[in-house]
Amino acid sequence: IRSMALCQRALATEASGVTFPLTFSNPYKAIHHNSPVKQVDIPSTTGHFGILPNHVPTIAILVPGVVAIHTESGDVHKYFVSSGTATIHADASVQILAEEICEASDIDVTAARAGLEAAQSKLTAASLESDKAIAQIEIDVYQSMIATA
Amino acid sequence: VGARGMATLKDIETRLKSVKNIKKITSSMKMVSAAKFTRAEKALKPARVYGAGAASLYEKNEFAEGDDKLVVAISSDRGLCGGVHSGLGRSLKATHAEKAIEKCIIVGDKARLILMKTMSDSFLATFNNVGKKPASFTDALDISEEIISHDYETVDVIYNNFVNVVSYNAQTKHIPSLHTVEANDAIFSYDEVDTEVLRCYQEFTLANVVHHCLKEQEASEQSARMNAMENATRNAGEMIDKLTLQYNRTRQAVITRELIEIISGANALE
Repeated sequence: IRSMALCQRALATEASGVTFPLTFSNPYKAIHHNSPVKQVDIPSTTGHFGILPNHVPTIAILVPGVVAIHTESGDVHKYFVSSGTATIHADASVQILAEEICEASDIDVTAARAGLEAAQSKLTAASLESDKAIAQIEIDVYQSMIATA
Repeated sequence: VGARGMATLKDIETRLKSVKNIKKITSSMKMVSAAKFTRAEKALKPARVYGAGAASLYEKNEFAEGDDKLVVAISSDRGLCGGVHSGLGRSLKATHAEKAIEKCIIVGDKARLILMKTMSDSFLATFNNVGKKPASFTDALDISEEIISHDYETVDVIYNNFVNVVSYNAQTKHIPSLHTVEANDAIFSYDEVDTEVLRCYQEFTLANVVHHCLKEQEASEQSARMNAMENATRNAGEMIDKLTLQYNRTRQAVITRELIEIISGANALE
């Protein structure tokens, strides 16, 4: 019985079928480092999808949007990410790395709306293709930020 | 009468003044480095989590290490930091002696100066203005943009890994190129992977690993500079003590000589 308890403790940070270890970080701040979580929803280029324990291994590119983390205790934490990558390995560990992360509660809707209007006027005023693409990206980011808040 | 061979009082005084100035400078440099080091160490913690997460794909899967290597040497522009830059230079020169390095990108003037004589034909690009401010992710992006503009099979990033306040060591991180990853079967165990996704992933991951290495280098450099300045301050202090003793002895000798002259002159008059 004692060895079983030891095994259970040793496997605590591997996927126990209920949780999997998540690393969620940006270059300046690590929000989760191999923390056990139940589920993570991520916005990727192939669409919004959720990751459960023992998800098939895959790599995905993140688009600006919301990452929702369902913790072991059942709370859901929402973060807005600018862009990044998500990796799910065969051993069920997940690494989500984003360039900028901010908590959904920190989003200032008025500032986001002002930014959206500025970006929209930039798009109409832009002449070069690259300027238009940059303005369009800004619009997408602001729109998803406003939708998150 | 100035004593021949023995330093005059004026000489010792001048030397004492200059060593005292040096001690002030090294002491203040040590304090500045200590402050920068605390900041660098704090920034290193999340950078390590981030870098470990980024490198996980290459660690959990075996990707062939190609022969066509591009070396990236991470150092900075500023010296007076112990063996940080020279250690890197030594390790690179040893590698170059074993198997010639054909392509390298140098970050920081110090590494450029050290390697210029032996490897300047293999320089693809050099970065300077490194070290004044803490490295940001944008710097890592600039460096990785330069890296991917060249052909290679593996990137070897050489930097100083921070162990603790008194020690660091030169280490290398290997990152395979997009082609190497695509050619390897291990990548297909990952679902839904196409070339576009892989390309974005590789570019971002390269920037992440470079960022991690930049932060390790920063922490190593600031701690090395702090220690070097601490030693210099201590040595300057010892020198000041020795010089002060010498100054006092010389001063007393001068006074004694003058007294002897006066007394013997007075005796001669009697």
